[in-house]
Amino acid sequence: MSVKDRVIAIIAEQAVLEPADVTMDSTLEDLGIDSLGLVESIFSIEEAFDITIPFNANEPDQSDFDISSVAAIVAGIERLVNEKQS
Amino acid sequence: MKRVVITGAGTINALGRDVPATLEAMREGRCGIGPLEFRDVERLSIRIGGQVKGYDPVTAFNRQQLALYDRFTQFALIAARQAIEQSGLEFSNGLADGSGVVLGTSGGGLTTQDENYRSVYEEGKNRVHPFVVPKLMNNAAASHVSMEFNLRGPSFTVATACASSNHAMGLAYQMVRSGGCPVMVTGGTESMLCFGGVKAWEGLRVMSRDACRPFSANRNGMVQGEGAGVYVFEEYEHARARGAEILAEVAGFAMTSDAADIVMPSKQGAARAIAGALRDAGIDRSEVGYINAHGTGTAANDKTECAAVADVMGSQADRLLISSTKSMHGHCIGGTGAVELLACLMALREGVIAPTINYEEPDPECALDVVPNEARQADVSVVLSNAFAFGGLNAVLALRRI
Repeated sequence: MSVKDRVIAIIAEQAVLEPADVTMDSTLEDLGIDSLGLVESIFSIEEAFDITIPFNANEPDQSDFDISSVAAIVAGIERLVNEKQS
Repeated sequence: MKRVVITGAGTINALGRDVPATLEAMREGRCGIGPLEFRDVERLSIRIGGQVKGYDPVTAFNRQQLALYDRFTQFALIAARQAIEQSGLEFSNGLADGSGVVLGTSGGGLTTQDENYRSVYEEGKNRVHPFVVPKLMNNAAASHVSMEFNLRGPSFTVATACASSNHAMGLAYQMVRSGGCPVMVTGGTESMLCFGGVKAWEGLRVMSRDACRPFSANRNGMVQGEGAGVYVFEEYEHARARGAEILAEVAGFAMTSDAADIVMPSKQGAARAIAGALRDAGIDRSEVGYINAHGTGTAANDKTECAAVADVMGSQADRLLISSTKSMHGHCIGGTGAVELLACLMALREGVIAPTINYEEPDPECALDVVPNEARQADVSVVLSNAFAFGGLNAVLALRRI
């Protein structure tokens, strides 16, 4: 399973949707994921990839981690996974 | 209904070991937040807090007591000793039977839990100290205060997260006001600054790594503190009859529930509590000179709180002073309202408004006079103290100069 598919699976589980319904241009809001759901998703992703995501719920826009869409999240996770491997 | 006054105050927190030291720090806008010091702190990503430093329990308690007193109980007893000493009360006979202790705490003996879970899980030990349960239970602090001062009336612990102290003091107020109790010892205590306590908060991702900056546009979260505040609430005529020094009158109290979200605050719930406290006290909003804010320094709280205050205060919001002393002593969770009530007493008694320190950038969503960075002189006769807890439980106290 690719990083993208694993991230989508985690987000889909949080949103109680089928992975097929989570598109790359969806926002978390579109998917009905609220602030607690977001923090929980980030936790699940960190656990799945054994990475640390720099995210502070007080300043989501200023975190180094872009959560504006599923595509942005996937790209961010891919970057962190690559950094970890290199 | 009886009138209720405060005749004693005590505290220990990151700013000071007693009331005068704490008020001096608040007047000077001193920051009590610094690097945390405890076992495994290097495994945390959040490493700052308003910790009570250089405190040696042996100076206040003997070995037998320390075997039974978690840090949160120690803090409560230290604060209670100061408050009851100041009140000049001694509890015997009928006064002892009618007087009790209501304290707020959220985590109870969390340090005791942390140490003992570590011992059985991490270190694999199969035996724990016999006093683990009486040491960690949430009511331990209230019980030990009742024992030390012979308070034999109604005593219990209130746990409503960050509003625990305000709920506790509000209930104590109602018990004295109703005529049910001549005196109640009340306030709150908390000591969550241990590895597990901070690790749990870290998980929520609402903590700042560098500073608590309430209402400042560049705020990035809360910082935990620890400590206790304890007060003697006494029926007015009882206090007057014995010539006690009266610090302030507790004039009103209201509590509401958002019934909405487990972590996100609601403007309506907060506003109903603020308006309710004014109504309960029979005070017009134009009389309120200062509000000690909940002011956690999170994005969610500060803008919701300012909107709620603006709603209730209406045209009076522009002249109102509001500050968050959490910027200095950190968020003492279940003890926080009690520590913060000291700033209310200082405003009423000395005309000094404690500042919101670390304020760097105005936030249009928090467009109130938050007394940035430096204490201010102001003649205020009515103050409010806000507390809005996780779980949507709100408690607001109104105090009046007397």
